Amino acid sequence: MPRRAGAPEVNAGSMADIAFLLLIFFLVTTTIETDAGLDRMLPPIEPPETDVIIKQKNIFQVNINKNGQLLADDELVNLKDLRTKAMAFLDNGGAPSGSPDYCSYCKGKRDASSSDSPAKAIISLKNDRETKYATYITVQNELVGAYNELRNREAKRLYGRDFTDMEAEYLNPETAASAKEDLKEKVKRIQELFPQKLSEAETSTN
Amino acid sequence: MSKFAKKKDGDLPAVSTASLPDIVFMLLFFFMTVTVMKDSSLKVENVLPNASEIKKLEKKDRVIYIYVGKPTQEYEKVFGTEPKIQLNDKFAKPAEVGDYILGERAKKAQELQNVLTTALKVDKNANMGLISDIKHELRKVNALKVNYTTYEGDAFRNIQ
Repeated sequence: MPRRAGAPEVNAGSMADIAFLLLIFFLVTTTIETDAGLDRMLPPIEPPETDVIIKQKNIFQVNINKNGQLLADDELVNLKDLRTKAMAFLDNGGAPSGSPDYCSYCKGKRDASSSDSPAKAIISLKNDRETKYATYITVQNELVGAYNELRNREAKRLYGRDFTDMEAEYLNPETAASAKEDLKEKVKRIQELFPQKLSEAETSTN
Repeated sequence: MSKFAKKKDGDLPAVSTASLPDIVFMLLFFFMTVTVMKDSSLKVENVLPNASEIKKLEKKDRVIYIYVGKPTQEYEKVFGTEPKIQLNDKFAKPAEVGDYILGERAKKAQELQNVLTTALKVDKNANMGLISDIKHELRKVNALKVNYTTYEGDAFRNIQ
């Protein structure tokens, strides 16, 4: 007698077990966290064709020796004071009013012997081959921090929010395109007010 | 003979587990989509320094990693205790960095080749000399965008 009922049902009771097994495998291998760090641009290797003459007063020289001591503008400084010193230099705005470099938004001392304007001010960082990487990162962090604080100040004044916030939102891939367009303009404007000019010279060998 | 069969009292009905596979599959798909497989095992000590002014590295497909640090204990005998560069599972000399970057760059999609970032994962006890050599090599192959990968934290903890 032929069987009348259809094919027997497959027992799906162990489906959950199989799914659990896979689930646990992916749980274990997952790393959700994203890396973060300090973004920097290296200078291109071929030297610029025209030599640019930079006035000595527009350069803020930071030297790190192998013991982790700092020399900023020819004086020994504590790492903790570096940010304030760098900010004072960048925000100085020494050019007299009326000159093309005059900086209307600077709140510094307007000392004629320090930097003319934020657009002209250059921070030059030099390190020894024996310098510890940790010290170097701390110095980089402080210098980037100086720029960020000044940019935040201007962003608060112009747009009522922090620059770092705006930039993070702009760089976030989940931000909507329309909001991005709007932010791009603002971020660019602030970046132009305080352009990050951080030069890294070749390491000294002695 | 009653029309309605009497319920047996004191017997809880079993909770149906028929939807359990569905729930588990849902979780499974979630983790499958967010998973990024670890692509290389570390052969160097890699305690990153702390920094506070950090930016997130979005889009992992645009990043090339370079690890620097002291070889771990099992490799100490062969490679010594001086900080070394690790590229893709093997130790390398500074001069090999350029070739590595070019090789990795060629593997990426055409439209991404100009927007690549090099992430330097450097142990905090490494010396700047090695980093300078790497930076010089990077400049030679025109890989100018770098990211010094750090942990988020107070930068002054680095120097204690």
